[in-house]
Amino acid sequence: MSYIPHTQDDIKQMLSTIGIKSIDELFKDIPVALVPKSFNLPAASSEFAVTRDLSNLAAKNATGLINFVGAGFYDHFIPAAVDALASRSEFYTAYTPYQPECSQGWLQAIYEYQSIICELTGLDVSNASLYDGGTALFESMMMAVRQTGRNKIILDRGVNLIYRTMLYTYTSNLAIEFVEVPVEHGQSSREELFKYLDDQTAAVIFQNPNFFGAVDDYSDVVEKVHKFGALAIVSVYPVSLGMLKTPGEMGFDIVTGEGQSLGIPLSFGGPYLGFMAAKSQLVRQMPGRIVGATIDSDGKRGFVLTLQTREQHIRREKATSNICSNEALCALRAAIFVSLLGRDGLKELAEHNYQKAEFAKERLSKIKGVQVKRSSPTFNEFTVLLPMDADKVVQRMIAKGFACGFPLGRFYKGMDNYLLVAVTEKRTQEEINQLAKCLEEILCS
Amino acid sequence: MQLIFEKHKEGRRGFSYGVLDVSFVKPLAEKYCRKTPAQLPGLSELDVVRHYTNLSRFNFSVDTNFYPLGSCTMKYNPKFTERIAALEGFSQLHPLLPQLSGGGMLAQGSLEVLYESEKLLAEITGMSAFTLQPMAGAHGELTGVMLIAAYHKDRGFRRKYIIVPDSAHGTNPASAAIAGYQVKVIPTGRDGYMDLEEYKKQLNDQVAAVMLTCPDTLGIFNPRIKEIADLAHSVGALLYYDGANLNAMLGKCRPGDIGFDVVHLNLHKTFATPHGGGGPGAGPVGVSQKLVEFLPISRVVRRSDATFALDYNYPKSIGYIAPFYGNFGVILKAYAYILALGKEGLIKAAEMAVLNANYCQARLKAYYDLPFDNHCMHECVFSAARQAKNGVRALDIAKYLIDQGFHPPTIYFPLIVKEALMIEPTETESKETLDAFIEVMIKAAKLAQTNPELLCLAPVTMPIKRLDETRAAREPNLRWKS
Repeated sequence: MSYIPHTQDDIKQMLSTIGIKSIDELFKDIPVALVPKSFNLPAASSEFAVTRDLSNLAAKNATGLINFVGAGFYDHFIPAAVDALASRSEFYTAYTPYQPECSQGWLQAIYEYQSIICELTGLDVSNASLYDGGTALFESMMMAVRQTGRNKIILDRGVNLIYRTMLYTYTSNLAIEFVEVPVEHGQSSREELFKYLDDQTAAVIFQNPNFFGAVDDYSDVVEKVHKFGALAIVSVYPVSLGMLKTPGEMGFDIVTGEGQSLGIPLSFGGPYLGFMAAKSQLVRQMPGRIVGATIDSDGKRGFVLTLQTREQHIRREKATSNICSNEALCALRAAIFVSLLGRDGLKELAEHNYQKAEFAKERLSKIKGVQVKRSSPTFNEFTVLLPMDADKVVQRMIAKGFACGFPLGRFYKGMDNYLLVAVTEKRTQEEINQLAKCLEEILCS
Repeated sequence: MQLIFEKHKEGRRGFSYGVLDVSFVKPLAEKYCRKTPAQLPGLSELDVVRHYTNLSRFNFSVDTNFYPLGSCTMKYNPKFTERIAALEGFSQLHPLLPQLSGGGMLAQGSLEVLYESEKLLAEITGMSAFTLQPMAGAHGELTGVMLIAAYHKDRGFRRKYIIVPDSAHGTNPASAAIAGYQVKVIPTGRDGYMDLEEYKKQLNDQVAAVMLTCPDTLGIFNPRIKEIADLAHSVGALLYYDGANLNAMLGKCRPGDIGFDVVHLNLHKTFATPHGGGGPGAGPVGVSQKLVEFLPISRVVRRSDATFALDYNYPKSIGYIAPFYGNFGVILKAYAYILALGKEGLIKAAEMAVLNANYCQARLKAYYDLPFDNHCMHECVFSAARQAKNGVRALDIAKYLIDQGFHPPTIYFPLIVKEALMIEPTETESKETLDAFIEVMIKAAKLAQTNPELLCLAPVTMPIKRLDETRAAREPNLRWKS
């Protein structure tokens, strides 16, 4: 076994130091009755054989399709430097920086990550990361419940159904009352929302751009939410913040989101990055690690984990969250990604996504029988109404080499003919034209 | 070192997307656009590369230093698993593809990895089925407690309490509370085992579950674990196994055989996936037969034609606890590790991990107090109470170790041990490394008597000295500002 360094001689000497004769004696506290009934595992395999077998499995996955599927998880390009730097094993084989003096690299990187999240979102404070966009949204909701002492949540239906479903799972044993507000013409219905908003409301939760890709300015809603003493929460797509009005500019109290688009591979659903930022007065309600700057005994700047009295290892059942391990390495990737792009690059990335999607809208709307929904502006994803079941179209397009979009009928009743199409910077004009051509062939045959 | 923001220069950038290749350009209405650009740093690619490369050098890590952080199982992370996770066929796969009509065949490779991983973990632990969705150990705990709640609810009576020993990880009571339970804490007796009398007193038909770590956080295997399990079951409570310390148990004892109903594992501990500076981990949850129907959806099934598919048809499922299938990249690395080690390799890992811990305990026990002088499993817990009499705390010993090139053990945990020093060497460390570490620990114990001030000044070899943590908490400075 190449990962275990013990020679027979080492083992002999060590047993003798311990004062026992055999390895078995080390396990003598385990009663005989509890010896495994079975431990039927394959025999060891060489590094070469495992690599070969798993490479064969990798080859069974269809990653060669031209991808227009998004729905909250996007096919963005990752600069080589992100992989190269995040592969430094001084980063990835360390753990939570409990000992600041020998973890300054990590602590500074997280402090910088927190600063980047604050800059992107326009809010005051960020934590060191959460698991994913969905669990981050749950944590933000619980912050609002604790902060307001109320338990009613108004949930916009433009929030990804996956996330809404996660919220319902996590609260199934808690006394939380949910009200869902419909989306009309792509955007959140103010009328419906204001019907439910009252002084029992803990928070109102939106997504921007919403699941249908529609962009909104929630400033008016946030103002009203605050009048009732409730908190306004939004889940955002960070790439869009290179261009879109920020949650901070709209007055939101907490922003969360899925950070996968910031240099993290799709990797079949994870590991991803839940991020969270909030107004500074909410910092003591925040879940998870937070890094702060301080000084050492010589007055030199350094970084530490701070405000730890919120956390489970100190507060136990009274902690703001149970989170311990987070997604630090993914947060590092996001920080490196954004640092490489810089302010100009991030703007450019957002522009390319937006403009390519606009081009695709224009091109697809020219197909007979296809209607592009234009009632509200979108970022890099939009819905199209097809003259037939979108599920079937998707299936046929796979045969032509395209993952052409996400059929909304899967998540929304009565939307069987709707397709959600995402266009990232990776898609070329040529690919968009080909997509349109193939769709035309299917729809007009 | 300067912050990356402090290295910013207007007009500089490290990456460009090139010319926009579409022939149609349309502006977005002003009211939807951000007013002030994000004040992000602008640097060349080399600037960024140098910044992060230099930062990395300010970390201790498994690849550079012995890292005996107790309860965290900082074993070596084999390099080949990284290469496998980076294969395009895995890393570029969109998680929604198998959910498209006719898309199941697009992800057969990944679905097979998930299916087979579940099977292996079930065999390793003796559980009936697994969900791989939880993204960390604590997330697994929360999932497990929700499964317990669903089980009791299904039987008509949710119950109110969860029992947790005082030696438990903080995540246990925190997870129980977040799932809506009240926590009852059982003290540890003088013998280092959970106080059985107190436990019996607290057990009743209002108890939903008992959460145990086995071996516990003192590194001790409780020989009466079966009795504890049976007592819980006798009042209808379920038994939860915190798998943080499973490394000692591989092939030696399975939670399923003891009678545990829910188990969470930490793939980043036992199965050698890297800890990534705090994560990502993975916290799969295994269950006994009576809880299988409550597992989160989707689940991966093998069809009669030997293909794999996602199945959502579990009406009693607790629902979605993650957007997709868990931290796939992490699961994949753990799968590769298990395949490489195989049955004998996993057993050997447990044996050498326990040998290493006992060796450290045997050699250090003359120099440090051993509050519970039991035979230890994968880790040993000392107390620096003796040294504290001379003004040297566990923290000071930890800082001295840093100067000597060792990452310190976990300190001040478990909470029931004063001045705790929790040492988990893992199986991948050689006798030479352990000896070097032990010598430094002995030297620290001696210095605590002869020159305690020296320890209190440590570390002196790092880029910074001891940091003012009180100031950090009192005057929070949590971000750069322009």
